[in-house]
Amino acid sequence: MITFVIRRVLYSIPVLFAASVLIFVSVTAIGDPLATLKVNPLLSKVTVQRIEERKHLNESIPVQYGYWVKDALTNKFGTPLLQPGNRIWDDLRRVIPHTLQLVLLAEILALLIGVGIGVYSAIRQYSAFDYSATTLSFLGFAMPVFWLALMLQVLFTNIFLKWNVRIFYTSGLSSEDTGGGIHFVVDRLQHLAIPAMTLMVISIATYSRFMRASMLEVINSDYVRTARAKGLMERKVTLKHALRNALIPVVTVSALNFGALIGGAVITETIFQLDGMGNYFISNLFSQDAYAVMAWLMVTATAVILFNLIADIAYGYLDPRIRYD
Amino acid sequence: MTDVDERNTVDEQNPDGQPESAPAQIIEPQADPATLAPTSPPAPDAVRADELALVHEHGLEIKARSQWAYARRRFLRHRLAMLSLIVLVIVLLAGVFAKQIAPYAYDQQDFAHSEVAPTLKANHFFGTDVLGRDYFSRVLFGIQNSERVAFLVAVLATVIGTAIGAVSGFYSGWTDNLLMRFTDLILTLPGLAVLLTAAAFLGTGKPTRVAFILALLFWTGLARIVRGSFLSLREKEYVEAAKAAGSGDLRIMFRHMLPNAIGPIVVNATLIVGVAILTEAALSFLGFGIQPPAASLGSLINDGQNVASSDWWLVTFPGLTIVLIVLCINFIGDGLRDALDPTQRRRA
Repeated sequence: MITFVIRRVLYSIPVLFAASVLIFVSVTAIGDPLATLKVNPLLSKVTVQRIEERKHLNESIPVQYGYWVKDALTNKFGTPLLQPGNRIWDDLRRVIPHTLQLVLLAEILALLIGVGIGVYSAIRQYSAFDYSATTLSFLGFAMPVFWLALMLQVLFTNIFLKWNVRIFYTSGLSSEDTGGGIHFVVDRLQHLAIPAMTLMVISIATYSRFMRASMLEVINSDYVRTARAKGLMERKVTLKHALRNALIPVVTVSALNFGALIGGAVITETIFQLDGMGNYFISNLFSQDAYAVMAWLMVTATAVILFNLIADIAYGYLDPRIRYD
Repeated sequence: MTDVDERNTVDEQNPDGQPESAPAQIIEPQADPATLAPTSPPAPDAVRADELALVHEHGLEIKARSQWAYARRRFLRHRLAMLSLIVLVIVLLAGVFAKQIAPYAYDQQDFAHSEVAPTLKANHFFGTDVLGRDYFSRVLFGIQNSERVAFLVAVLATVIGTAIGAVSGFYSGWTDNLLMRFTDLILTLPGLAVLLTAAAFLGTGKPTRVAFILALLFWTGLARIVRGSFLSLREKEYVEAAKAAGSGDLRIMFRHMLPNAIGPIVVNATLIVGVAILTEAALSFLGFGIQPPAASLGSLINDGQNVASSDWWLVTFPGLTIVLIVLCINFIGDGLRDALDPTQRRRA
């Protein structure tokens, strides 16, 4: 197991390197990063030239890549194209916790609800509950995230406008004057509630389907019948014997789901104007700041690779039958 | 639907060797779904696949029925999938003939009738927006653009994915390793973000451009599936036979092996259409897809976003259209999976 972990960690290094090359080459080779700046009437030629020198844009692409990696490792991903005073990582460090709050909240709730629905559907297979859960999950897969987000935003805005009841806030991360301690937490949760609900829908649909399938497989296996035969309570059989094994695939799927969650966060943060990674990404895409975009992509790619690593290792840890040599 | 498929005749549907005394028509196709898999073992005379309208076995004359005939029957029996197919065809045709059906042009403004709620009067079924443009017409044209993108994506992604998966599985070894590591690499990048980056720096606007960008990413899943089936198919005797007969690699891959791997490919292509519609809508919604004044289902929702709390119809109808289309596609995909790829049928 330990050799497997070490080998798996070592394997991530070339993947990380390849990802950085892919990101850098495709973003810089797609087009001139300065194209929009050159036609911007507010910028003088001298400014553009200075940016060009600062970013070594007249060098060849491998040399540029070298400078980029050096900046990323030693200088907080270097400077954005337009603000030579800032460091990209400083901005990212501000937004990453906000996104993590949102994503973790959504993910934990989605796992709890999804697993619950899946288990109950499997135990009561072909019941009315099972059929409605299946139908709803199909709806969840067919629903555009941004549309659901907008509909919920409209709904809660109208509730506020009509009855003056503030259940959840519909944009931003915090109210202006929240006070400290518990008030801050409650206020933050009221702000995160709707974005998290929208993010959760697809995750719940996915996890409940996976959970139902794996639970059905386990429930019909021999060792569960044995547990029943020796007189264990049904509750204990399902929760202790069956559920534990059935959870394994769901755990890995949820770790592999991270990339999709980031995609969902890009959409929800834009709609609800949360100061998170998604919002940062979109605004830099609009201003065509290639360097901020590349840093963002690199950070998320690293996170996805990390989660893949966790998924693989967790799988080996949870299921000792897996052999790696 | 090539002649090669005719090879999977009745004798293979029933490989257990149970003598069939009755004509093949009454064999229940569901009887033994596992053997109907596209990877079913070939008859010894697999290479001469083109005749075999009749086969002789156990001294009886049995009417052959192709794998496709069985698949078609299974699909036709799938009620939900059939219903979805009918609904989807109607919606898609409405998009194709948007110009003929729509009561107004998609960019026709009418300030006297702006922000009209849905009404039967003057055919504003889905209401009008701030500029007085008829939203029913705009949704129809939106369907047209969205379906154009989605079908192009499905075709491109299927061709790329099949080619890469086939080469990878057929040659295995370092070719396989290289291609699959590349596929893995693409999968480590968060998809939507990559698409947005490509769209922002390449520039978008036209449906074809958007479709090419989406297809850049969507081939990966299929490449893995095709590789999987090719890895097992290449060990089959009929491949060996084809090699012995002197067929070239390309001929073996695409003439002999591909038809046996077609089930999952068709299912996947169908599902890609749904994902492509959702993703194109997201791109257009964020402002990196189809550009105004042209309409796509996503950009329509974006247009209505600012006045969504008062003019609810501007957001609701395009969204419901997306849900309807994708729901139908997913049900059809499910039906196709049951029909074409019974080994992957979800155990109920």
